[in-house]
Amino acid sequence: MSEVKEKESPAGRDPIGPTAANQIRHGGKMPKKYCRFKKAGIKYIDYKDPNFLLKFVNEQGKILPRRITGTSLKYQRQLSKAIKRSRHLALLPFVTDQLK
Amino acid sequence: MMEIKTKVDATGMYETTFISLPEQTEQEYRELASKFEKLIKDNEGKIINEEHWGQLKFAYPIGRHHNGYYTFIEFKAPRAFISKLELEFSYDERIIRQLTVSLDKHALAYNEKRRAKDSAATKAENADKTLVKRKRTLTIREEV
Repeated sequence: MSEVKEKESPAGRDPIGPTAANQIRHGGKMPKKYCRFKKAGIKYIDYKDPNFLLKFVNEQGKILPRRITGTSLKYQRQLSKAIKRSRHLALLPFVTDQLK
Repeated sequence: MMEIKTKVDATGMYETTFISLPEQTEQEYRELASKFEKLIKDNEGKIINEEHWGQLKFAYPIGRHHNGYYTFIEFKAPRAFISKLELEFSYDERIIRQLTVSLDKHALAYNEKRRAKDSAATKAENADKTLVKRKRTLTIREEV
């Protein structure tokens, strides 16, 4: 994803939401979360592209909550639908371990 | 006199992905795809795009199989035909899974871009005269 420079402002560019590591990197403040679909102008999330959908799924194959990924509600719903379709087509697993 | 448009007359854009049994000949796969293409055309439909993704490994076993052959068809058809199409998919024993999805304007725009990108990629690869890579390589599992 986007590279984070050492001296970047606290409103950083981390797409995956606030974690301890991110806080340390951004000088003790939470990086600003944003919806990557709104930002990139993506209107449609394709269920046929499992490599893209892997970003929104944890190692067990579970869909990540939007408070972690920063996705807006509208796109989280679309994303969720796409992941479920992908699972139906056996492009993504329902449950697994060590997915990534 | 105002004509009332019933929902049954309307046409829509759809895409369907179906998975057929693995370990068959290429000709049989083409035959299967053409069977459904014919069905779509006979019911006042129009095929926009057809893709063969080839034999891929499943993320989980389906009916004792670990691989399957994926075919993708994008088409335009009357709305009433879709339930009939899905029924035909269920009748065919060679097809183990299918998904039919209706496309809205954003989905259509995305599909067009995807097709343009794919055709550009094919042209570039052919121009290089190197071995043509399978475009839909999925890194989470191996292709068999």
